Amino acid sequence: MSKMTYAFPQSLSETRTHYCAGCGHGIVHKLIAQVLDELNIREKTLLVAPVGCSVLAYKYLNVDGLEAAHGRAPAVATGLKRVQKDKIVLSYQGDGDLLAIGAGETIHAANRGEDITVIFLNNAIYGMTGGQMAPTTMEGQKTLTSPQGRDIADVGSAMRACELIDTLEAPYYIERCSVHDVKNVNRTKNAIKRAIKYQVEGRGYSFVEILSMCPTNWGLDPVKSAKWIEEDMVPYYPLKKFRDKGEEA
Amino acid sequence: MTEEIIVAGFGGQGVLLAGKMLAVAAMRQGKHVSHIPSYGAEMRGGTANCSVVISDEEIASPTIEHPSVLIVLNEPSLKKFEKTMAPGGLLLVNTTLIKAKAEREDIKVVYQDFTDFAREAGSDKSANMAALGCLIKEKNFICSLEALINALDEAVSQRNRRFNTIN
Amino acid sequence: MEEKILMKGNDAMAEAAIIAGCSHYFGYPITPQNEVPAYFAKRLPQVGGTFLQAESELAAISMVMGASAGGARVMTSTSSPGMSLKQEGISYMAGAKLPCVIANIMRGGPGLGGIAGSQADYFQATRGGGNGDYQTIVLAPGNVQELADLTILAFDLADKYRIPVIILGDGYLGQMSEPLVLPKPSGKTFEKPWAITGAKDRDPQFIASMRLTPENALEQLNLELQETYRVIRENEVITECYQCDDADTVLVAYGTAARIANKAVIKLREQGINAGLLRPKTLWPFPSEILRKITNDKKKVLTVEMSAGQMHEDVLLACDDKNKVDFYGRLGGALPKVDEIIERVKSYE
Repeated sequence: MSKMTYAFPQSLSETRTHYCAGCGHGIVHKLIAQVLDELNIREKTLLVAPVGCSVLAYKYLNVDGLEAAHGRAPAVATGLKRVQKDKIVLSYQGDGDLLAIGAGETIHAANRGEDITVIFLNNAIYGMTGGQMAPTTMEGQKTLTSPQGRDIADVGSAMRACELIDTLEAPYYIERCSVHDVKNVNRTKNAIKRAIKYQVEGRGYSFVEILSMCPTNWGLDPVKSAKWIEEDMVPYYPLKKFRDKGEEA
Repeated sequence: MTEEIIVAGFGGQGVLLAGKMLAVAAMRQGKHVSHIPSYGAEMRGGTANCSVVISDEEIASPTIEHPSVLIVLNEPSLKKFEKTMAPGGLLLVNTTLIKAKAEREDIKVVYQDFTDFAREAGSDKSANMAALGCLIKEKNFICSLEALINALDEAVSQRNRRFNTIN
Repeated sequence: MEEKILMKGNDAMAEAAIIAGCSHYFGYPITPQNEVPAYFAKRLPQVGGTFLQAESELAAISMVMGASAGGARVMTSTSSPGMSLKQEGISYMAGAKLPCVIANIMRGGPGLGGIAGSQADYFQATRGGGNGDYQTIVLAPGNVQELADLTILAFDLADKYRIPVIILGDGYLGQMSEPLVLPKPSGKTFEKPWAITGAKDRDPQFIASMRLTPENALEQLNLELQETYRVIRENEVITECYQCDDADTVLVAYGTAARIANKAVIKLREQGINAGLLRPKTLWPFPSEILRKITNDKKKVLTVEMSAGQMHEDVLLACDDKNKVDFYGRLGGALPKVDEIIERVKSYE
């Protein structure tokens, strides 16, 4: 008898993707779906979708979901979790959402140790609006609103979310991963699984940052995009586990 | 019968509490009442006042333009409110802290050293209570002394109750 | 007779909300409504509810959105500058058909303005307030008892129509203490099959204001909202008339301004002048038809407001003969004066 080695995750919808070729969102959606299947929590997972490319995340995940205003996903997730205490609440956000317009909500939800999981996709640019500079845009990186490249003397350096959140007492789990190659995709899945498992156990706030490709707005093909992450982003955004109170214990 | 009462003084002299006690006491005796404090930044160090309306009938407006009773515990309050009083009104002046005299001749003025009186009773912070005692002696329509004493228990928050015996 | 307690408006509203079954409150401090979060912070844990002080009004209203989507009865409160910030979430909730109760204890503006009570947010409250073609129900209590009673109603209306309901008070009402008989729960219950509770034994549900596809989906959503608003307009107008029948002049006022106008009516009648007062308790839906009928045979209509004449525009829209409609208002936290109202009405004689 043959053994099933790979199945389409139950938590993933069979919907045609709206994401661009080489985009990392689809990979991350699939990883989340696999984790929800493996933890058998699809029926109790509530997804808060942000404003940005992943505004349509609910179309791809077979779970209950709720929209949030731009940047407010952690606050919406807070309100939802405090009503649906036994459910798993995921806040899925991009870089403009999480670090620019929603910086306040991000920091305060983390600081309260809200019992939610924030999955942060960092592609160093605003995707949905067509490629503007994000808080995470790299020094010298050209975007629609930094046509000469990001000038850090003028607009400051790229912000590092994990390092910021790591200054707070309450968060339980903080890790930065990437989806630019297979090895790192596997690592990312493990990080997402650990973060969500901690919420299942009621441990508090967990945060996973994922470096991800945006070939369309970077003006690179998918292969070069993956390479750009490895050579340009990773040195600035080190891939590591910043905190794991579960391991410390 | 309706009395429109303004109690005014420094923040910390207990004018809001005094107003609240009047309202509670009168309410317990079946009157219609309302109480509006001055609030916010005004409360800290500046002047504080409250408007209390007590009536046999339903109260149309809780705001007061021409008080029929004015209790002033400090001098700025006398200057601010005396001119707004209704003719024939009653003005109670705390002479311990107010050296000026009232200017109006169409009102009844009672001068009393409320702060000194309260100090002798145990705490100069109880000038507000001394003023209320004086008020209900002049205007027994408002409430009885007994109702006022009961109101003190009802209006004062738990943590401050230990001071009640002084009052 | 039921026992009366002397209670501050802000406290009475919070207690009434708890009686109505409000289990969650999210808010951010701002004068003159600070008693509300303080009251909830003390009382909600006693009844198994949740109080959370948010990091901003933006966050607070989003937390309200999350809790509402989870099926809870939820409330927030603020004052004018904070209400501007909450418009973001209110618009989202209107579009997502999520119920909630929001109190705006108004203060003078524009900008930081002052802390004294005002009615200058009428336009914002009755014209939607945020982006998009939407309305919220707006209740306008005039005294502490009514503030408590309308709070109970606010939760029922919100759940019945899946709509944000605004309690529009002002700083004087919030700070005022008056005798209160605690209201009773309405006893009404509302099923919330739309709530986000996990896709167990049913298809996944998603709550959103966004409609991108098919092409006419957003217009369809808007048409549904407009249909709800039509039903609300037809069924939920509440207004109170005082001595209007034989009045030559009818004053139109709500909230604290109506209390002052009421006193002016009494004094005018003492002087032999037949004045009356029409007091809308719902500002949206506005009692246009009632106002039109009542004022048709009157000599004069005078709107009294703590604003530059915002409700006045609705009064003008409602009255057939615009020439007999006059306005008197005080701005920036100042109170209308009984004397000045009387003088104005006498000038019509």
